[in-house]
Amino acid sequence: MRSRLTSFLGSLIVLAGVQLAVAQGSLGLPKTVEAGAAFSVHTAGSGKGVLYIVGPGQVLRRDVQLGEAVSFAPGDIHNAGHYLVVLTGGSSTENGEFDVTAVHQPTTLSFIAKPSRLPVDLHDGISGVAYVFDTFHNLILQPTPVSFQLSGVAGAPQTRTVTSKNGVAWTKLDSASKEGSAKFEARAGNVVDERIIQQVPGDPCKLKMDIRPAGQRLQLETEPVRDCSGNAVPDGTIITFTEIYDGGEATVDVPLKRGVAKTEMPAHNGATISVATGVVMGNEIRWGKE
Amino acid sequence: MTGRILAFIVALATVALIVVGTVWPFQSALVTAGVDSGADMLRPSSSPQAAVENLATQIGRRDWEKAYSSLANKNEFEETDFVRDLAGSYPSLRSHASLDSFDVRPQHESADDAQVKLNLRWSTVVGTFLDSRMLRVVKTGDRWAVAWPIVKEPRVPPQVIPVNYLRWDVIYRGAEDDWGAQDVESPHVRIVDMHPVDRGGGVVIMGELLNEDVVPAFVNVKATLLAKDGSALATEDSFDKISHILLPRQVTPFLIEFHNVALSQVDSVKMQPSSTLVAASADPVVEIEDQHLNPGSQASLSGKLLNQSGQVVNVAHVLGTFYDNTGQLIWVSDGYAERALLPGTPETFAMSVPPDIASKVKTERAVTTTYSSTRFQ
Repeated sequence: MRSRLTSFLGSLIVLAGVQLAVAQGSLGLPKTVEAGAAFSVHTAGSGKGVLYIVGPGQVLRRDVQLGEAVSFAPGDIHNAGHYLVVLTGGSSTENGEFDVTAVHQPTTLSFIAKPSRLPVDLHDGISGVAYVFDTFHNLILQPTPVSFQLSGVAGAPQTRTVTSKNGVAWTKLDSASKEGSAKFEARAGNVVDERIIQQVPGDPCKLKMDIRPAGQRLQLETEPVRDCSGNAVPDGTIITFTEIYDGGEATVDVPLKRGVAKTEMPAHNGATISVATGVVMGNEIRWGKE
Repeated sequence: MTGRILAFIVALATVALIVVGTVWPFQSALVTAGVDSGADMLRPSSSPQAAVENLATQIGRRDWEKAYSSLANKNEFEETDFVRDLAGSYPSLRSHASLDSFDVRPQHESADDAQVKLNLRWSTVVGTFLDSRMLRVVKTGDRWAVAWPIVKEPRVPPQVIPVNYLRWDVIYRGAEDDWGAQDVESPHVRIVDMHPVDRGGGVVIMGELLNEDVVPAFVNVKATLLAKDGSALATEDSFDKISHILLPRQVTPFLIEFHNVALSQVDSVKMQPSSTLVAASADPVVEIEDQHLNPGSQASLSGKLLNQSGQVVNVAHVLGTFYDNTGQLIWVSDGYAERALLPGTPETFAMSVPPDIASKVKTERAVTTTYSSTRFQ
């Protein structure tokens, strides 16, 4: 705890010195440096000095011979941001500042695609957001073209090219009318990231059942259940059969298996039998005579 | 001085009550207190009532051997049948229940024959249930013995029941994955009906929740009552008045109770349905048949559960949703089947409905949630 406090105070003192130095003079510095690139700082005068470079998450210190150029090797400075430079030597202090920018070539994409599962035929249902980073994980703030492509099991792929703003590019796309897994790609330069979007059937459409007697009971079976685009509603979807008869009621929740739901219910003369799933109603059948 | 007299009187009364309770213990209280070595505390079966009380005490202690040996008609069935009748053959609420209390109500008595009603109140983790038996008590020699009306629990004959087993399993993202990496989407659920009412000195919020996704969901509903100034008055969730596992396109009712809050204090209600993708099975399928709304002062919805699958269901929870003649949701109630649901074997259930609500009910809908000892559904 004590050592942390000491280092914090030390940093404050260094920064205060740097601020003071900035107000006092200048150095032979590049205005901007690309992250990871080699560069040099020209100094004037004679004798020995110390050069400090203070930036985001990084502080460099070099003992220098005044009047000579100080060289920094590739990779010495790799965090993008604003840097302050202080040169101390003898009784004088010189100072300056420069910016480190991200490498223009994208190396990494953070691609967020939502949702990972959605019904078919949904306008602007899929959103993709891509963050563009360079090789040092600096967000590339320069406008960069990012291409989004959604290719499904059928039909032509949907493609959008968006120029990133402040390192972020985003788009919205429609889900296809046919169920299945779609590949959602984001591409910036040679970098590609991929997500899988599961396009699932929508609400069942035209739910219909048939009834036939089976001894003292009735055998109920739906026709293959499909959504309004003709996709088969997945197995496991609950279909509710309800039988209302004189003074009583029977219900059963049946999961779809192999595309249909079937069950048995008691046979009551004059009973009204209906079928539904979720908030979608199907047909209704009156059994026998009252 | 007055305080000392009062303390003396209280101490004296306490000692007197302890003596009375020890010398003349109440049979039902013995059971509740879990007295094990209380065989000597049983009264001689010199009357029909004493015989029934002794039997109930032995049942409460789960002393099946002594209870069975005291019966007048033990030649009609085996001890195992007697145990299955009371505790069930398969693990169920009944097999894990303990006798909370009992009462004995003589109905009719002659010189060597009597009829007595025995009410056994069993305590379970989800509440109590009542098991009423009308007993015939016969005099043999100088003692009375109970002829137990055995209810033989049906046994499922050995067989193979083919099941097209449908199940969802889930693979979640790993802890080491990047923050932008894709994870499985939570199921999409939606509240399709919600209705707050002022009732019993509190607020009750009831409604229905739909799983509109193609995957199973573990769901819950949380509600926060907000005052006019936007402050939260109370927060509760649906706890056990909901079917927590919702299969695709399944609808569950829910009921949330707030005690000591008046509806007039409430400006708005914040509803927070939550869902988590879980592994689940589409089986077993349970039919709810012979549903009847029984009006009156002890109004109830009763019916039978029929397990259409091949798997034994240990505990079945039934949720009832009640609507008035305009289709408005007016109440949500629940009940449990005491016994395990065997394949193809009907089992009764009942759930209470407030009498004033029952008189307004036009239609009702029941759903079940089942629990099996091998897995959760």
